[in-house]
This record gives sequence, C-alpha cells and structure tokens, in this order.
Amino acid sequence: MKADRLITPAAWALVTVAIVTLPAARSQDLGGVISFLTGFAILVAIFAILALGLNVHWGYTGILNFGVVAFFMVGAYTAAIITKGPATTEYVRYVGGFGDKLDFIPFLDSEQWLPFLFGTAGAAIVSGALAFVLSIPTLRLREDYLAIATIGIAELLRRITIEERGLVNSDRGLIGIPAPLEDLVNPPEYKFIFFGLVVGLVILVLIALEAASRSPWGRVLKAIREDETTAAAAGKDIFGFKVQSFVVGAMIMGIGGAAYAYYSRTVSPDAFTHFFGTFLIWAMLIVGGSGNNKGAILGAYIVWGFYSVTGLMRAYFADWGLEFLELRMSFIRDLVVGALIVTVLLLRPAGLLPEERRVSLFMQREPKQRGPPGEPESGPTGSRLDDPPDREKGSGG
Amino acid sequence: MNRESAGFAELLNKARERYPAVFENLSGAALWVLFAGLLIAALIFYTQFFVVGVIFGSIIALGAIGLTLIYGIMKFAHFAHGDMMMLAAYLAFFALTGRIVGERTEVDLGWSLDRLPGATTELGPLSFGYGLLLAMLVALIATVALFVALDRVVYRRLRQRGSGIVIFAMASLGIAITARSVILMLWGAEPRFYVPGINPAHEFPFGILLKADQIFIFATVAIVAILVYLLLFRTRIGKAMRATSDNPELARVSGIDTDQVIMWTWAIGGALVAVAGVLLAIQAQLKPELGFAILLPLFAAAILGGIGSPQGALIGAMIVGITQELSVGVDLSILGREILPLAPGYKFAVAFVILILILLVRPRGLFGAKA
Amino acid sequence: MTVLEAREVVSGYGEVEILHKVSIRVEEEEIVTIIGPNGAGKSTLLKTVFGLLPCKSGRVFFGGEDVTGRSPEVMVRKGMSYVPQSDNVFPTLTVQENLEMGAFIRRDDYRSKMEEVLALFPDVLERRHTRAGKLSGGQRQMLALARALMLEPRILLLDEPSASLAPNMVELVFAKILDINRSGVSIIMVEQNARESLKLSHRGYVLAMGQNRLEGSGESLLESEEVGKTYLGG
Repeated sequence: MKADRLITPAAWALVTVAIVTLPAARSQDLGGVISFLTGFAILVAIFAILALGLNVHWGYTGILNFGVVAFFMVGAYTAAIITKGPATTEYVRYVGGFGDKLDFIPFLDSEQWLPFLFGTAGAAIVSGALAFVLSIPTLRLREDYLAIATIGIAELLRRITIEERGLVNSDRGLIGIPAPLEDLVNPPEYKFIFFGLVVGLVILVLIALEAASRSPWGRVLKAIREDETTAAAAGKDIFGFKVQSFVVGAMIMGIGGAAYAYYSRTVSPDAFTHFFGTFLIWAMLIVGGSGNNKGAILGAYIVWGFYSVTGLMRAYFADWGLEFLELRMSFIRDLVVGALIVTVLLLRPAGLLPEERRVSLFMQREPKQRGPPGEPESGPTGSRLDDPPDREKGSGG
Repeated sequence: MNRESAGFAELLNKARERYPAVFENLSGAALWVLFAGLLIAALIFYTQFFVVGVIFGSIIALGAIGLTLIYGIMKFAHFAHGDMMMLAAYLAFFALTGRIVGERTEVDLGWSLDRLPGATTELGPLSFGYGLLLAMLVALIATVALFVALDRVVYRRLRQRGSGIVIFAMASLGIAITARSVILMLWGAEPRFYVPGINPAHEFPFGILLKADQIFIFATVAIVAILVYLLLFRTRIGKAMRATSDNPELARVSGIDTDQVIMWTWAIGGALVAVAGVLLAIQAQLKPELGFAILLPLFAAAILGGIGSPQGALIGAMIVGITQELSVGVDLSILGREILPLAPGYKFAVAFVILILILLVRPRGLFGAKA
Repeated sequence: MTVLEAREVVSGYGEVEILHKVSIRVEEEEIVTIIGPNGAGKSTLLKTVFGLLPCKSGRVFFGGEDVTGRSPEVMVRKGMSYVPQSDNVFPTLTVQENLEMGAFIRRDDYRSKMEEVLALFPDVLERRHTRAGKLSGGQRQMLALARALMLEPRILLLDEPSASLAPNMVELVFAKILDINRSGVSIIMVEQNARESLKLSHRGYVLAMGQNRLEGSGESLLESEEVGKTYLGG
C-alpha cells in the first residue's frame, strides 16, 4: 500500500522538523537549543536500547512481554545502588551503596568509569536473573495470559519497591546517582559526553544483536518462530531457547535502565509507570514497523519525538495565555500519545506485524497445510530478523 | 524464588503433560477444596474480614462479569476495563456536582444534579441522596454509548482486519491511557469523594461492623447480577451471547447475528462498568490511578472463575475480595515469622498471586471450558 | 432442478491452493457424498460453498442463483445449513437452547418446528434440558443435525457426520440422514466412511489432490474396482 509506506518516513520528517524548529523559534539561545536537542537524543538512545530489548522478546521470539517496565526499573535501581555511596542518613535507606569502593584500579581515574561498568553489568545481571526466575512460571502460558501475567509482575515489583522500606528507600526514591566521566568536564558540557557514551552503548547492543541473529543461536530462534513443531521435532529444546531469549532481552532492558539512572540521576517508583516503561516501548516497536532492530530505533525516535514535541507546546501555551492547557501538559502529552497510538493502529493496514496472519478473530488460524508429497510447505514465511522493513504479509480470508 | 520452587514448577508442567486427565480433575478438586476451606474458615473465624471482602468482591464482580463476557465473546482481553470504571465514576461525579478543575481552583459549570431539590438529602442511613442515583444513571447511559462507539470506531475495524492480539492489547491500553488522561485533565490528581464526611458503621450480630453504604453496594450488585442472569438465560439475545462465547464459528454458521451480539456485549459491559465504577468510588474514593490498579483483581477474578463464565466471574470475584481482606487483616505467623498481615499497599498484589496460581495449576479456572 | 452447483472452484487457505477447479452438483432431494483420501480438499469444498472460505475462482450456484463468495450469514438465510465436523454444538447451552439458537434468524414461532425436529431424535428429546457438553459423541452429532434442521433448509451440508462415532452410532446417524432426506431436504456430505455413505447416496464424487477423480451413482461407485481398492479399503 503506497500510502502506508509513506507514514513512517513522514512521521520521521515531521518529528525532526518540529523538534528543531519549535524550541528554536522561541529562544534565540543556540546553546540552549542544542542542549535541549542533546538531551532529547540521549533519551531516544536510552529508549532505543529498551526497544531493542523488547524486540528480542517479541520480534525474535514472539514473547508478549507487557511488563517491560519491570526490567527497566530493576536495571535502573540496581545501577543506582551499585554506583551510589552507602546510605548515610537514617532518612534515606537502601541496600547496596558500593560506589565508593569501586575505584580500586589505581590509574585512569577509575572512579569515573569503573563503578559504572559494575553498575551496568550489575543491572544486566539482575534483570537477566529476574527474567530467568520469572520464565519458569510464565513462558509456557498462552499469549494473552502471558501479557496479563507480565503486567501483574511489573505492578508487583513496583509495589515491593514502594512498600519495603529499607530496600530502595521506598516511594522517596534514590537521588544523587553519579554519572560516568562527570568530573572530566564542566557540567554544562557533560551532556555531550554522555550522549557519546550512550550512543556507543546503542551501537554495542546493535552489533551484539546482529551477531546473535546470524549465529547458530539466532538461526534456531528463526526456525522456532517459523515452525515450532518442526523445530521441536528436530530435537531443539524450544522452551530452553525461549528462556535464553527472555533473559537476553531482559538484560538489554536492564542496561537501558542503568543508562536512564545515570542520566536522570534519580530513580523513584513514580518514574516507572506502565505507560512510561511498557506502553511507550511497545508503541515504539509498532510505529517503527515490522519489529526489526532498525524499526526499534526508528520507533524510539518517532514516539519519543512526538512525546517531546507535545511537551514543547507547554511553553507556547504559556505564551498564548492558555493556562488550562499549560498546567496540564503532562496529562495532555499522555493523552496525545495514547490517542495517537490508537490512531496509528487503525490506519496501518494489517500485515505489518508478522503475527497478523490470523484471518479473523472468529475463524481459526490458518492451518499450516502440507500439500501432497512433493509440494512445498506453505504458510507465510519470512523472519522478523532480517526481512526488509516493507515486506507485506497478506492477511488472507 | 529459589531453585527448589523453580524445579517444582517444572515438575508441575511435566506432570500435567503426562497425565492430563488426572491432573485436570485433581487440580480442579484441589482448587475447590482450597478455596471452599478458605472461605468457610474466614466466615467462621474472621467474619468481619469475610463480610468486607464480600462487599469489595461484589464490586469487582460487576466489573469481572463484563470483562469475562467481552473476553469470552470477542476473545479479547479488554485492558481498558478498569480505567473505564474510573471514568464512569468521574462522569457521575461531574453529573452530580458539575465541577471540574479549573485554573488552580474548582470550576462550577452552572447546573448539576445536586441542585435538584433534596438531591443531596441522605436517603435514610446512606451517605448520599437520590442525586447520586441519578448521576449513576447518567454515567451508565454515557458509558454504554461510549463503549458501543469505541467498538464501532476502533475495535470493529481491527476485527475486520484480522488484527492479532498485540494490536488489540495496544489499542485497549491506548484507550485506557486516554481515559486516565482525560480524568487527570478535567478533575486533577487529588482524590475526591461524592459526598463529604464519613458514613458511620453500624453494629450487627457476630461482631460485624458495616456501613449502610456497604449494604447498599451489596444490594445493588445483587439486583444487577440477577438482571444479568435473566438477560443471559431468559432472553434470545442473551442465549445468543452465550452461544457465541461457546463457539463463535458455530454461532456464525447457525445464522446468529454476531454484530448484534457484539453490540449487546459492549452495552452490557458498559452498564456493568458504570455501576461498578460508581460503587467503587462510593466504597473507596475517586482516584485516577485506581482504574489501572483494579485491573489485576478484575482479571484475577475473571480467570479464576473461568473466562466466558459470568457465574465464574461472580464467584471468582468473591474469592479474590475475601482473600485480599484476609491477607491484610489477619495475623498469621509460621515458625515464629510473621507472614500476615501484609502491608495494605499489597492488597491488589494478592490478586496477582491468585492469578499466577490459577494460570499455573488450572488455567481454565473453576468454570471455564475445557481446552 | 439443480439445488447446488459448484463450477470449477479454486480455493484454499491463505496462499495455499487446495481445490483446483472442482465441480460438483446436487439435484433436488438427492443425497450426494464426496469421498477421497485425507487432504483431498473435501471439507475445503464444503466450506467454500458455504462461504467460510473465499472462492479464488469458479462459481457457486444455489437454486440457480449465483452465490459465489457470499458470506455464511447470507447462505443460511437462503436455505443452506452447515454442520461442521467437530465442535458442532454449543456445550454450555442446553439441548433446547442449542435448537433455539439454530432458529435464531426465524422471526416466527418456531416451537412447533422444534417439537417436530426433536421427535426425529428421541434420544436427544429425552435430554432436552441437559447441557450439550454432557452428551455422548453420538448424541451430540444428533443434536448438531437437529440444530441444522431448525431453519428448514433446502440443503444440508454435512462434514464427516460419522467421524469418531462408534459403529452402531454410525448406523443410526446414517439412518437419520436418510430420514431427513426423505422429508425433502437435499444433502451433500463429505465422508471418510466411504462404504456406508455411498450405500445411501444417490450419487457420489471422488476427490483426490484437490481435483475431481470420479463421479457416478452411489451403487456404481460402490461396485467400481478402482474405488474399491483405493478408497474402500478393498
């Protein structure tokens, strides 16, 4: 469909234009605009990491993880308690606090980067471990039950964070999280360093994922996705592979969480809502299109772009005296993004997400027909890993 | 979770694969025994918690019945159900008081139901007057219209396209966040109440303390439940709804008008959501986050009862409600360590635990169809 | 008059083609059986005729009218009734409610028709307030047939009515089918049990690999050597 092919590039263009001109039009301060854009780009990169992690779950393996925010939050908090110093007052209570001990490499100013290596690695490991533990009861559930269960898990974890005083300072959250290499530059310029770091992180994750998808492991995942029964018959431990994929995706989400913690310097349960940490990430995958890695990054750019552009309107509303709107900016942002996603879902025709092969909710799934001997195996093939993004998948019936 | 319990879950799975029939029957029986035992023990030893649990459970029941009907007939997990309950409650608030949040203050929009003569005069021992009942009616009509409109504009298109579960989940989540944002925009984040002041509790035999409002809630739910029963079992369209839930393809093939069935499902779901939302706001409060928070108990009740079974949703909701109250009220120590009561913040998390338990042991719930 | 005709129908699931230009016809008050090996496309043919599957090319005529590609809702109202092979009753509804659903589109008082239909199936009549899910396999099959009759159809499409039934039940089901036909309803059925079904059929078709193989009267197919060896198990 011609029109549909234009939606994504059009959205990309719209975001880029808006995100540059809106702040620039209001303020003559070039430095301020650049600083804003850098901050924007940093968050795009962080979300891109999260979306890449979700793509491992959904795009590579077909796992409906609607509890993304759980791994995001766990990663952020783990990075925080590893890199912060120990809890010093009785009003701020949390476990961990190894920051001041993690500078034992005697050269290269190790306190500037070593704790953050530990923090990020810790985030990945704890997220991965959480995924492993959760995979046992949940990964065998059917799709919709898995979605519900993962929503519940995320809520439960948020509850634990809030209720268990002394774990991570409950609903007050943790502040004063240090940032990598922050002492090397003046605070106003630090953003650019961080930007470089986080982009490097995205590239690393991307390289690792591309390598994984071309590896034997990735090929097995592809086979499982295309025909689980055959793959099982060939002796592959389907469940084992799903667990591995679940863990890998969760680790990536944990890394994204760590980056978020270092950037925002604070973490609290309020920041890790379902909307912010799960819904938005899914929106990015869907908007970016066809669930491949490039789509994940593009989707992060477009969705976070819309969110930020809407936020930019706040200053304009103030200028125009629309106080009612200005005061409710955060709600309006959420509303706009929520409604926008629904609209996008309605406008994009079926067939862009590979799972849309079902004919209708009222008819059975298309059976994988084997013709008489000699006829090729049927059914839409095509992996989500390396398909060109605009491959149309028919919806039959 | 440690290695032992991970291994246990694996063991359960292997057992289920090898002896499906035995597992089915055993798990069903075990579940019944467990919950029946729990309920009876609660009734006898912790009557107050039992009663409060029933009240809360009945509110959940109305929501869960609508949820299970939608899930059973349209095969779609309606994630916007909880936020719609809250939206309906706020619509009733608006109809009653005519207030929204303006620039830093309340804005009164002229007319509202509470200006009707005697509308706020308490009805007997209840805390509210007939104004709130009218407001509930207004919210009901609005919610039914909203649900039917949303189906037409959003869900029907997605059905016709053969969209998969991800699209439906995202669409309903998107609608949920839109509803919640509207609430926040118009009425702010602070909790609100239909009427100021507290409804006093009255003493009843067996040491039970109940507010008149709570008795009203139970009575309302009982009446609505009976109406739903009559509709589903005594009317043609109700039977068609049950038939479609049983077997959508056969329903089509038999000539049942599935479009009509779907419209009625949304209408009934909307009505139930509105009443449940207002009752929830009476029992607790009007708070924007409550909508998403209540999703877990709703789904737990519906899945525990068996998707597609309204009777199941009713019983499941009672079990969830009572279990929740027990877990934050009762003192329980095992081997010297205090296990219960849980902190009140964990109340809805208990529903989640029930949910996971059911999904592991008997996914089809108490009354659900065999796979 | 030809009640039902499929002319050079091509159809299948999604991109897969199962039927390659298949043609069949059913004359008024005939019983026509379609037999053939697994995967031959027999059930696909019924579903395409009834509108459950899209017809990629070819035509379907019902009572002379071109109904190619019309949906099942339309077919039902025109007088076609379809009984799927499995999952052909509403398990949580009672027997009576199942029949009521069969008569959903009837605006008139169908109660007399219901008694009439129930009289044909005494086994089911006894259990009219039992949930359909609790019936035995054979009783369920009877109920499925009864449900389809509630609309007073001109033609019944039956997908493997004897599937997974005990032999004595199979006899009973085929006897009922004969009764139904005698009351004036044309029947087209797809069957694995070639021998029994051909015995009561006026005509039959043999389908294999999605194409017409043989056609003839029930008797001639029963006696044919080729059919006997390949499809009747010698």
